[in-house]
Amino acid sequence: MELARDEEKALDGRYDEALASAYRILVAIGEATDAQKLVPVKWAHISGVNYNTIGDGGMRFLEKFSTTAKVAVKTTINPMGYDRSKPEDISPSFQERQENIASSYERMGATASFTCTPYEVFDLPQKGTAVSFAESNAAVFSNSLLGLKTNKESALSALASSVTGKTPLSDLRLEEARNPKISIETDFDFRTELDYGLLGYFAGKSVKDSCVALNSISRLDTIQAKALCAAIGTSGSCGMFTFGGKSKEKILFGKKEAQSVMDELSTADDADIITLGSPQLGMNELGLLAKLTEFKKFTKRCIVFCSRAIYNDAIKIGLASKIEKSGADFRCDSCTCLTPYVTKDKYDAVITNSVKGAYYLSKSNKVKVALKDIKTIAEEYTQ
Amino acid sequence: MIISNCRRIVGGTGEGKTLVTKQPINFLAMVNAKSGTITDPLHELHDKSLKGSVLILPYAIGSSVGAYAIYSLKEYGNAPSAVVCSKVDITTASGCALAEIPVVDLPDGTPISILKQGLKARVEADARRIVVEFS
Repeated sequence: MELARDEEKALDGRYDEALASAYRILVAIGEATDAQKLVPVKWAHISGVNYNTIGDGGMRFLEKFSTTAKVAVKTTINPMGYDRSKPEDISPSFQERQENIASSYERMGATASFTCTPYEVFDLPQKGTAVSFAESNAAVFSNSLLGLKTNKESALSALASSVTGKTPLSDLRLEEARNPKISIETDFDFRTELDYGLLGYFAGKSVKDSCVALNSISRLDTIQAKALCAAIGTSGSCGMFTFGGKSKEKILFGKKEAQSVMDELSTADDADIITLGSPQLGMNELGLLAKLTEFKKFTKRCIVFCSRAIYNDAIKIGLASKIEKSGADFRCDSCTCLTPYVTKDKYDAVITNSVKGAYYLSKSNKVKVALKDIKTIAEEYTQ
Repeated sequence: MIISNCRRIVGGTGEGKTLVTKQPINFLAMVNAKSGTITDPLHELHDKSLKGSVLILPYAIGSSVGAYAIYSLKEYGNAPSAVVCSKVDITTASGCALAEIPVVDLPDGTPISILKQGLKARVEADARRIVVEFS
């Protein structure tokens, strides 16, 4: 990869060590993806905010990095571990470490958005704009449905793009990679958002390319789209899908394949807690939840994860209080994935409609999961 | 055996025993940085330690935060000495770049199965090659 003179200087550490490490990261990715050069990005969205995801190693790195590194472009950040207004029984040591991480990002100049759905919270740039999104559901959503261009970035590559304003020109930033070679066919009708999640998980796991064609889907509502994008981003390296395509190779996602994903991820029939929100719920989903639970009460504890911005909007139009009447409990600035609210000590199993949530609850929180769609959850667990 | 014409992703030299898997690794969900082991019972490297190994995998999958997990392995002294991928991904490249762990890609068409488990190997990323000694 060719670097401009000032990029070479930054890589050699002539400005400062933080910037040099950012360029080291960009060069490694450039080599990995056969990039010829670095190009500007307009917006970086960084993951690795929740203490449960980056741990003490990450925390200490960011503390040092942020003493000199400053954002060069608009920078937003992923959910953290907890909602400051509802610390529940989250340990003081977790809170302290979480605040340390949050202040490192703020010291760099990042917006304290604590959201994994930046596409629902912020104004969107024009189609074709180069961004660097580390949150995988946001990367897939932005490439596939918003016409933005990002690779499926890592936490560190988006961080490097944030402080340099640059990214290697490669992979999904080039038209060629955005044309899928493999398509997924389906031979049954999808009923719920969960079916889209199962499809996404299957597609991400089956296809090693950066882009996959999904045949037999022609349009998606927001809830289906978020379930699909989050699941694609979870199981593999795929960062984009298209509606259909001219791909020659076809893979079948039939009922048998859907069941096999269910068998892998849904490991319990029932549980004592429901978590909704991975990705964090948007206004559409909150509206649906309010409708499904109107005049009813949850029979189990139900946590609803959403961004602070969406929650504030939901308060304004009376939506938040409708949902709270059902007994559901909001947690802002955080998300199902690696949440410290759900631990093995407190719960054996969790009910969720999120395939992505199920994956991390099981692999990272080490609890069992009962995967059910939102309507079934509302039917079975409210009265 | 020498495998030459590898792609250099992160420079440097690292040596250790080969730890080979045909299954991708999700560094966030499957690796415990403090113990340096693979914690997923469904993974073929379950309970194996990455420390000091020449880790050979197809590529990493899953969360973008996996890059920090690689960095944390280094922080805890449990990192592999070098990493070899069949097709390196952004998570592995960026995590190893920050942790200064040498990384190469196998040349196109070279199957992972060419590398056997537990052999002494040296990855010379700048020379774009892997030297494997039969014991």
